[in-house]
Amino acid sequence: MFTANTQKDREEMLKTIGVSSVKDLLKQVPAKFLHPAFDLPGAALDEQQTARRMKVLAAANTAPLSFLGAGAYERYIPAAVKALISRGEYLTAYTPYQAEASQGILQTIYEYQSSVCALYAMDCANASMYDGASAFGEAVRAAVRVTGKKKVLCQETLNPQYLQTLKTYFANSAEYQFVAIPSKDGLVDADKLSALLGTDTACVAFQTPNFFGLLEDAPRISELAHKAGALVVAAADPAGLGSLTPPGEYGADFAVGEGQSLGLPLSYGGPYLGIFTCKKEFVRQMPGRIAGMTRDKDGKRGFVLTLQAREQHIRRDKAASNICSNEALCALSATIYLALLGPEGLKELAKANAGAAAFAAAKLSAIPGAALKFKGAFFNEFVLEVKGDAAALREKVLAGENIDIGLPLKELYPALGPGALLVCATETKTEEDILRLEKAIRENI
Amino acid sequence: MTNQTSAEHVKDGGAVKTSPAIPVPGKIGDLIKPDNRLSIEKSDPGRRAVRFGNSLKAKENLPAALARKTAPRLPELSEFDVVRHYTRLSKINFSIDTHFYPLGSCTMKYNPKINEEAAALEGLANLHPLAHDKSSQGTLEMLYDLEKRLCALCGMDAFTLQPAAGAHSEFTGLLIAKAYFAKKGQRQRVDIICPDSAHGTNPATASMLGFNAINIKSGPDGRVDPADLKAHLGEKTAVLMLTIPNTLGIFESRIEEIAAMAHAAGALVYMDGANFNALIGIVKPGDLGVDLMHINTHKTFSTPHGGGGPGAGGIGVRKHLEGFLPVPRVKKEGAAYRTEFRSPDSIGKVKAFFGNTGVLTRAYAYLLMHSKQDLAGIAENAILNANYMKSRLQEVFPAHSSEHCMHECVLTPPVALAARGLKTLDIAKRLLDYGFHAPTIYFPLIVHEAIMIEPTETESKETMDSFVETMLKISAEGAADPQLLKDAPHTMPVKRLDEVQAARQPNLRW
Repeated sequence: MFTANTQKDREEMLKTIGVSSVKDLLKQVPAKFLHPAFDLPGAALDEQQTARRMKVLAAANTAPLSFLGAGAYERYIPAAVKALISRGEYLTAYTPYQAEASQGILQTIYEYQSSVCALYAMDCANASMYDGASAFGEAVRAAVRVTGKKKVLCQETLNPQYLQTLKTYFANSAEYQFVAIPSKDGLVDADKLSALLGTDTACVAFQTPNFFGLLEDAPRISELAHKAGALVVAAADPAGLGSLTPPGEYGADFAVGEGQSLGLPLSYGGPYLGIFTCKKEFVRQMPGRIAGMTRDKDGKRGFVLTLQAREQHIRRDKAASNICSNEALCALSATIYLALLGPEGLKELAKANAGAAAFAAAKLSAIPGAALKFKGAFFNEFVLEVKGDAAALREKVLAGENIDIGLPLKELYPALGPGALLVCATETKTEEDILRLEKAIRENI
Repeated sequence: MTNQTSAEHVKDGGAVKTSPAIPVPGKIGDLIKPDNRLSIEKSDPGRRAVRFGNSLKAKENLPAALARKTAPRLPELSEFDVVRHYTRLSKINFSIDTHFYPLGSCTMKYNPKINEEAAALEGLANLHPLAHDKSSQGTLEMLYDLEKRLCALCGMDAFTLQPAAGAHSEFTGLLIAKAYFAKKGQRQRVDIICPDSAHGTNPATASMLGFNAINIKSGPDGRVDPADLKAHLGEKTAVLMLTIPNTLGIFESRIEEIAAMAHAAGALVYMDGANFNALIGIVKPGDLGVDLMHINTHKTFSTPHGGGGPGAGGIGVRKHLEGFLPVPRVKKEGAAYRTEFRSPDSIGKVKAFFGNTGVLTRAYAYLLMHSKQDLAGIAENAILNANYMKSRLQEVFPAHSSEHCMHECVLTPPVALAARGLKTLDIAKRLLDYGFHAPTIYFPLIVHEAIMIEPTETESKETMDSFVETMLKISAEGAADPQLLKDAPHTMPVKRLDEVQAARQPNLRW
């Protein structure tokens, strides 16, 4: 279909090779395995039909007004981000193995590493991981490797998807202990954390805002962990960091995040961007690619992939991680997004999110039969408790109004009861959107 | 050319002085002015691009105690500055859209533009990963159909599309194997056998999951030696991991016997599908005795490599392993599709949410456009092209194997050049001067000074002829003037870079 050889080309090439047909090139494949029957549609679509088919599929997604968050956020993506990452020079390049011919990509990786270090107030960053959850898993692995200890204290209110991924990153092995830090009013209970911390603790791993949208007292958690000799692995939503304390300001040893917020579409789960940063003493424990600045033989500035002795293609079974392909183009989106917003834009973004969520929380909690579940400060999502079953309410409003009111929590957190609903409002939501949500819940509760 | 002034601006973590670079005129026809400043060096305090107003006028409740103390040191630029900066950087970069990029084992084929249009459709791109199944029927149908097509192509019974890349798929596959043996009460199976020609990700994945990576030596023809394999197989063997065709571009002709031996020892056979482009539409790995395998959509299925990612993976399994796949799975009931999270034996999740759906969308659009015959045409043309390159080059660049190759071939530098102290690296760098990305070099590790060439099916004879002629020319250049190659590249934005300094004194950020 996208092959270039004409019949004439093929004949000339076969002649050069000295065979009469492609079949002659396949003699190393036992004949019984060649050309089996394939249970596939026989006919292909042409380009126009393919475009039409894809549009039909896209239209079968009903695009409700959505208040879902829980680790993936509806964002406004500036046009310049989309335009720049669509350039074939970026889109169709690969890992910059030949540095001199890939200075563009390498410089953008260096700028990415610099930008996320600045945002997280950390020393070093790699060129990216698959997503926030896998970055979190790799960071805890690094903390376990550094300390040689096997007990990990995890916030009870960690995104359940992160916890599941974390466990697979430890091969679901019973050798490692993941202990949940009990929460109080939806937040890490500092007293319980103190009691759990011991000399056998590798790290305290948490996210802020936590799964319920609440802002943890991260400086306090970090202080307690360090006092007990444990490392700190913090996950932070980059969209809040224009205004909120970054992990570096409270001394996190490893800080990660879901970079989807920085200019990437939701796309039903990916591709997203795993932000991975650490203190400089752990740089050689970082998984994945890292770009560095150096000079060429004339002394001119240039960029290369560096510290490769950590990586699988050199160290094989002794590597820090197996990661090879990463999320480079997503990292480029984030780099461009951060350059477009700058420090001021990021502050505005954080405020727009916090403002939209505060407005929604005020409106929704005024509905009879609905109340905020927790009293702590939140960023852009919060748990609303509705009377009755939140999942049934979601179904009803979705069917009647095409509004997705948020994520019911009863399956993930049965202890919260059937009425718990995680509602998210980002910068994309207008007053009208939130009033529509309020009306829909009020009328259907 | 060199803009020394701005090169001085960034020191390890030190203060950055942002004086403007002195413009230096480029060559005639050189549209890109030399300017190697970073975005932060173009920053001007107070300059703005994208703004976010707060139309809600609501009072946010962010606590003062958790307020950021120091603003992040990010560039302050206008939108135009940003666009020009990143457009300029894109121009000092090789890519498939601009250059022949014959990186062996990476399958740098053409990435159809319709794929991009499909993935950008708002209905697909804006779908939240936790959206209700009723809101997601289009995406679920696509994923279901994609899984079905991949099963048919691979001869597998079920597929997960959750892994984000090839190595991530290997990770998922070996976790599945681990869970399978745990359920069978065979936790003593801790060995993963890989040939020494394997990608580094195979042993790295094995040890990441607490397995022992056992290396077996390739035989003289580059294939697994069944006798040697037999000596390593035993009750501790969990998985035999094979890349088919292997990284030498050679098919494991005795695969049936090899797979039977592994199965007789109670082990599973995993196929690393990095080289599936050689088999697509002509061989079903399931027929070869493979229990589980991965695909790389960014190789075989034409999704863009994005400068290093994102890719998307996928693990296909035979029936006996289906229950261990990650959740969620997409199920069809009547005409409706739904996500299934309940799966008692599932390994869990290897990443948040479903998978790299945006990448999978591109792979799906690609598959829609190929009939069975078209799919076979991919493998056949990939094989034809690789053999053509090999035939034309091997007199001067000795081939590692005298057999016909599959989709890629491994060559070595001309003897005359080696005698002059020239390395594969020198040839690779000189290729850049002629506008060709270098092949994969120094891999597989078992071939001294390897040059691994994978043209893919989408390159034309004309392009390949031009590459061949350039390789021959470089060989002649090296014989006449070795220094010319040692100093290459001469025409890139930078000359050869000091990698030792980069590693010894890491400068990883501004």
